[in-house]
Amino acid sequence: MIPMSHYLILSSILFSISLAGIFLNRKNIIIMLMSLELMFLSINFNFIIFGNYLSDLTGQIFVFFILAVVAAESAIGLAIIVVLFRNKQGINVQDIARLKG
Amino acid sequence: MNLEIIIFYIFSLLLLSSSIAVIMVNNPVKSAISLVLSFFSSAVLWLLLNAEFLSIILILVYVGAVMVLFLFVVMMLDINISRTEEGFVKYLPIGIIVFATIAGLLSYFFYNQFDNAGDSIITSIDLIGKDNTKNLGYLLYTEYLLAFEIAAIILLLGIISAITLTHKKSETNKYQNPGDQVNVSKNARLKIISDEDRAR
Repeated sequence: MIPMSHYLILSSILFSISLAGIFLNRKNIIIMLMSLELMFLSINFNFIIFGNYLSDLTGQIFVFFILAVVAAESAIGLAIIVVLFRNKQGINVQDIARLKG
Repeated sequence: MNLEIIIFYIFSLLLLSSSIAVIMVNNPVKSAISLVLSFFSSAVLWLLLNAEFLSIILILVYVGAVMVLFLFVVMMLDINISRTEEGFVKYLPIGIIVFATIAGLLSYFFYNQFDNAGDSIITSIDLIGKDNTKNLGYLLYTEYLLAFEIAAIILLLGIISAITLTHKKSETNKYQNPGDQVNVSKNARLKIISDEDRAR
């Protein structure tokens, strides 16, 4: 029997690792997207844990929808990165600061 | 020691170390691979939490589709690593501060709030049977049918926007303009010549 607090602490450490990853990799937009995926993972962890705690399957339903939305989001984000790379010959985040229009 | 506790600690250690590797490794391909490892270990942990369907979905959809997309993009783009490496050391202190603050506060709160002995979670949720997939499907197709269809539309939106963003128009392509086709008049296509004109 694993106490619920262990799962919750695990997911909160995972969330803070990915938050620190966004701070550390400010130049590389692909690593930033990967940190976002890790954040979504920890949020899904919390949904499943609390769904089990409250004996309600709605938490798992919510995780299902989050997975669907995140798949669409990452596909669009990677498409934007490909377009950015084609236009700027690089994916440096500072190049995006010079957007016009 | 209980087997479940051993599995939990092994895979949570694996999850945390691989997620640290995601943000620390300077090669994007290696960090994508470690992201795959962290998805695998969290799928095992979800199995412990009685979410069997979602753990399989995590491996099939995430490792099978999304991470392959990530790897494909990372390998397709020739990223200059040395240029992206700047500033990592500069932002290391603030990253550690953010990590320590958020992790400390959240862990303190969760440890104090949910550390009762009765809070251990091992119960499976039975709605219409023992099967987790069956229960989820029952909920999904009755109560959450509208949300399910909206999720399908969102996925379609993702497909369309990704294609329209990356699709490059080729110069050699020949295509028709539908506006011109609709606006064409009879006179532009057909010229009527009378008999007297032809006799002349």
